[in-house]
Amino acid sequence: MKVNTKKLVLIGVLASAAIILSYIEFLLPPIYSAVPGIKMGLANIAVIFALYSIDGKSAALISVIRVALSALLFGTVTSFIYSACGAILSLTVMILLKKSTLFSPVGVSVAGAVMHNVGQVLCAIIMLGAAEIGYYLVVLSVSAVLAGVLVGLASAVLIKTVKTRP
Amino acid sequence: MPAQLCGQICKIMKNKKLRNDIILISAVLLATAIVALILCAFRKEGGYVSVVQNGKETARYSLSENVTVALENGGTNVLVIENGYAFISDASCPDKICVHHRKIRYAGEAITCLPNKTVIKIVSGEGVDAVS
Repeated sequence: MKVNTKKLVLIGVLASAAIILSYIEFLLPPIYSAVPGIKMGLANIAVIFALYSIDGKSAALISVIRVALSALLFGTVTSFIYSACGAILSLTVMILLKKSTLFSPVGVSVAGAVMHNVGQVLCAIIMLGAAEIGYYLVVLSVSAVLAGVLVGLASAVLIKTVKTRP
Repeated sequence: MPAQLCGQICKIMKNKKLRNDIILISAVLLATAIVALILCAFRKEGGYVSVVQNGKETARYSLSENVTVALENGGTNVLVIENGYAFISDASCPDKICVHHRKIRYAGEAITCLPNKTVIKIVSGEGVDAVS
């Protein structure tokens, strides 16, 4: 990956934006429902913006920085493992879908959100040894679609209005 | 008005990316609905509560008896079985996600506490004698 100063600064700014968004979400009261784990995934706005405005590798780097630093700042070892599992799967799928050029940022975001939950549920099934946790995906998929559409719309607006290359 | 709506839909369908987005979202929601329906149709009454800690089953409690037990595993989760339903009434973890989980009774349902690595799940059949 060709690193120039501009890209370096952009990655730094977007990574800090992602951490702040994670922190805002951490401060919000958790959503109680039939199953745990429903989240907006606001930090994905920064990652999707990077995916479209810089490139896939930078988006992955921002995601890694966000997961590691937010775990250090306000997470636990357990929360780190879960968010890493979700982020790896969601990023892989988002990069592939973006490359396919079949979807708009909204579609990419929805797929990313759903895969984030799939990754976390798989991780929970392995760590806790209870396949029953798979049932959570029924509720989590619906919430992921809703959150994914909102995050995707926000990202699409940003990608359109914020020009990184003058 | 219907003609206008039709025109709008045609416009959306002509935008390939937007159309694919809608197909993707509908596919996810449809798959979820089908899975939910199948799970609902085939759900069985639970027989007993299985407690899984660190990936291993550590205890079983019959759903037909009312009991309250404190499950220790680094932290505490208070399991209550009442009138055929199981739920967590109190926990030592900070987020209390397991406490807010709805009561469970059907086979396959589970309540998870990530910080204490504890899962309580409902299993069909009578399997209490095996452990107690």
